[in-house]
Amino acid sequence: MEQLRLVIAENSALTPWVYRLVLEGERKETLRPGQFVELALPGRFLRRPISLCDWDANHLTLIYKVVGQGTDQLSRMRPGHSLDVLAGLGNGYDTACTGAHPLLVGGGVGIPPLYGLCKQLISENKEVTVILGFNTKDEIFYVNEFEALGARLRLTTADGSAGQKGFVTDALAGIEASHLCACGPMPMLRALNRATDLPGQFSLEERMGCGFGACMGCSIPTREGQKRVCKDGPVFRREVLLWEN
Amino acid sequence: MGKLSVNLCGIELDNPIIPASGVFGYGREFAALYDLDILGSFSFKGTTLHPREGNPTPRIAECPAGMLNAVGLQNPGVAAVIARELPEIAKIFHKPVMANVSGFSLEEYAETCAALDAQDQVGWLEVNISCPNVHQGGMSFGTEPESAAAVVKAVKAVAKKPVLVKLTPNVTDIAAVAKAAEDAGADGLSLINTVLAMRIDPRTRRPVLANGTGGLSGPAVLPIAVRMVYQVYEAVSIPIVGMGGVSCARDVIELMLAGATAVEVGAANLTDPFVCPKIIKELPKIMEEYRIESLAEIIGGAH
Ligand SMILES: Cc1cc2nc3c(=O)[nH]c(=O)nc-3n(C[C@H](O)[C@H](O)[C@H](O)COP(=O)(O)OP(=O)(O)OC[C@H]3O[C@@H](n4cnc5c(N)ncnc54)[C@H](O)[C@@H]3O)c2cc1C
Ligand SMILES: Cc1cc2nc3c(=O)[nH]c(=O)nc-3n(C[C@H](O)[C@H](O)[C@H](O)COP(=O)(O)O)c2cc1C
Ligand code: FES
Repeated sequence: MEQLRLVIAENSALTPWVYRLVLEGERKETLRPGQFVELALPGRFLRRPISLCDWDANHLTLIYKVVGQGTDQLSRMRPGHSLDVLAGLGNGYDTACTGAHPLLVGGGVGIPPLYGLCKQLISENKEVTVILGFNTKDEIFYVNEFEALGARLRLTTADGSAGQKGFVTDALAGIEASHLCACGPMPMLRALNRATDLPGQFSLEERMGCGFGACMGCSIPTREGQKRVCKDGPVFRREVLLWEN
Repeated sequence: MGKLSVNLCGIELDNPIIPASGVFGYGREFAALYDLDILGSFSFKGTTLHPREGNPTPRIAECPAGMLNAVGLQNPGVAAVIARELPEIAKIFHKPVMANVSGFSLEEYAETCAALDAQDQVGWLEVNISCPNVHQGGMSFGTEPESAAAVVKAVKAVAKKPVLVKLTPNVTDIAAVAKAAEDAGADGLSLINTVLAMRIDPRTRRPVLANGTGGLSGPAVLPIAVRMVYQVYEAVSIPIVGMGGVSCARDVIELMLAGATAVEVGAANLTDPFVCPKIIKELPKIMEEYRIESLAEIIGGAH
């Protein structure tokens, strides 16, 4: 983990509620897909956790949805503004155990971390299939970006306005995969857990105090005892999670 | 003696800055960021006799100028703290550490304190009396002078190390509880713990925290802490460790003027992991600004 002061290079709407934020500035530590950052927003006491979508030597790309006061405030910040960022938080996905045919499944703002993951897996010469689920066509983002990486893509919308009608689980049929990496709302993760037997990794969300393991604010029961979503996660192996909860 | 040093119950602190219990774990996450030996001391996560999983999530909520927590005293229990955590602390912190203890009966407090008192690394026992008494309908020990005194007596009977009694602000007359603790033999007091609070989500029409209520801390509570430290200083003659909403060196001076000998920093560590080193660095500058020769001389200076 490191504390950074980064400048907003871009903060633009991808859909009416989803924004892409590009932050610029130097950093030292290497990052892993599935990790997250915490943004300090002026006048808000707690930092906001947002997943890493993409990065290069001196940029971080984040994609966030406006859901409350903090993300609304963030969406109004203009390029040139600087932000206090804690970067390199959480464990990230383990790409060593995915086999040759990983399947990535994301819903809504669970999709951004899968972009960085997809990029990494493809750089490891793996054949990646991605299922992206949205509610409706107006909420779709990053489909072209995933295709540009070279992933095989399946798109679903709950109302059928684009791609296959239904949920991500309805798009599983016929996919031969070696491993599953998922991120999205809890009901989607539960449905996936019921729908497939693939070994996998799931990224969870929890309200956080610190985001770096000190306060036990994000601690959840698992098969291996209490785990901190911010430090021991946010990515957990499927068999560690207590799905009945 | 350096100009930042203070004496807390016979133990010299290089400076009065002590990360508070529950926001610092066992120091590990912060030791990765800075040398913990620059701190006066630190208070580790509240320890109970038996392991506790804590409350369901959400455990955290935000509010203007602060946060609510309902962690529910998650900790591995005193045996595991002694077997696993204290040896790890010994590698990253080389001064006396503060052992924060919670309990749900007098016996639990006494047994946990006795075990931690026997550890060389432990400088002080900080006894959190905000916990509910399972034998008396779940009323917090800290809300009545009598039950507070009973905990102090039970702990003092087994402890050789200085006992700091950590007071809850959720009382009508904190000075009365403080006096009762002093009369029962407390060596010092530490205050304030979190203020009982709640947030409701208008979308779900339910409390944000799974536990319903939680404890408020952060800058919002600083004036409450200053007032309570001030009142307690008038009522007792034992040292006070002040805390509540501290986020900069100026806040430290304010609590010391109210009567604190040392100052704990809680929630601020969560939002700025470097807040304690920053405060320690700021202190000499702000002392110059306010013409303070040594911190020890301003304790209770507002009275
Ligand atoms: C590890 C992790 C990664 C995340 N990645 C992304 C991402 O890439 N894109 C994205 O759009 N969102 C992401 N989120 C969710 C995002 O953190 C919340 O949407 C955001 O904090 C809401 O802030 P707010 O002030 O707008 O909402 P408010 O409801 O006003 O926030 C009040 C408080 O609740 C917290 N909070 C509210 N919703 C959530 C939530 N779902 N998860 C955690 N804390 C919450 C806020 O941080 C704040 O402390 C992630 C969450 C976590 C835990
Ligand atoms: C997440 C969290 C966990 C806490 N856990 C404990 C605890 O285990 N024992 C205790 O005595 N106080 C605990 N506290 C209270 C703090 O030690 C401190 O008394 C209080 O937060 C006020 O200080 P602050 O405003 O600087 O945070 C906790 C506070 C927070 C925010
Ligand atoms: S948010 Fe503090 S431990 Fe996870």
